[in-house]
Amino acid sequence: MARKSPEINAGSMADIAFLLLIFFLVTTTMDTDSGISRRLPPPPDKDTPPPDVKERNIFNVLVNKNDRLFVDGAWGDIKTLKDETKIFLSNPNNSPDLPEKREENIPGLGVYQVSKGIISLKNDRGTSYDMYIQVQNELTAAVNELRDDLAQDKFGKKFSELKQSDAEAIQKAIPVSISEAEPEDIGGN
Amino acid sequence: MARFKKDTSKSAPGINTSSLPDIIFMLLFFFMVTTTMREVTLKVRILPPGATEVQKLEKKSLVSYIYIGPPIQSRIYGTESRIQLNDSFRTVDDIGEFIYAEREARDEADRQLLTTSLKVDKEVKIGVVTDVKQELRKVGAFKINYSTRKGAIAENR
Repeated sequence: MARKSPEINAGSMADIAFLLLIFFLVTTTMDTDSGISRRLPPPPDKDTPPPDVKERNIFNVLVNKNDRLFVDGAWGDIKTLKDETKIFLSNPNNSPDLPEKREENIPGLGVYQVSKGIISLKNDRGTSYDMYIQVQNELTAAVNELRDDLAQDKFGKKFSELKQSDAEAIQKAIPVSISEAEPEDIGGN
Repeated sequence: MARFKKDTSKSAPGINTSSLPDIIFMLLFFFMVTTTMREVTLKVRILPPGATEVQKLEKKSLVSYIYIGPPIQSRIYGTESRIQLNDSFRTVDDIGEFIYAEREARDEADRQLLTTSLKVDKEVKIGVVTDVKQELRKVGAFKINYSTRKGAIAENR
């Protein structure tokens, strides 16, 4: 008869596992990274002149070193920026001061009037990052709300709940057209 | 005698702890899967601004981080905003090299998808950030993400 092997004492197993658990709790982080995504433009080409854009198609947003906003030729406020941007981008009454639209055939949406409007954002070097993000946030919010409206209208869903192909159609219909000026000092440091 | 025996058999049985390690291991695996290793020790203070229109960063392995903020040890390094790459203070000129190194570390197929996450303190002046962005444009790292907290804008004030 084979000798019975002695049982391994597993009493300290829990302690070892606890030790490992605490090690991982301390060395790891749980924060999910989130933020505002942007795509930088490629470096400017010296040979090609900047495209000619009509005055009515540009929405000027300037921020000075004291974090004051200057929107389309007048002092602006961060609270009204979103609505102003929405009106600029959608041009609901086809007013002649607001951007032109061009007809485009978008698969999944049909012919849609895509706005030619461009938001031109210019910052002083002394602007605080906080203000910059707020402006970016408001501009993004305006685009997102317009996209949500269109998605609700065409597909009866929110933009974030759409299928990939539908979402791409909406993205084409309402692009994020934010142009950031080459950096310069516009209000001293 | 009979009374004696009755008393000893009445002592409460010990709780079986043999499954305790399994429970703890389960917790351990949960934390290992849901969390990420802390990669760098922050030498700059980062309190990101709040924003409402945030998107989650997918695929953490394809994100490289640039930290900008005032140094934590302000007695030694001053209060001027500094750029931290990996574990040390760097200047704007080192960004190109940093991005190349980050690209080298990834698979060839994934290099196009590399995103640069800018973790910037809310009190930093935008000038520094603009310089960094210009450098990123030069090396062709166009996908960026401004790291923010999720929260109402009013909290920033």
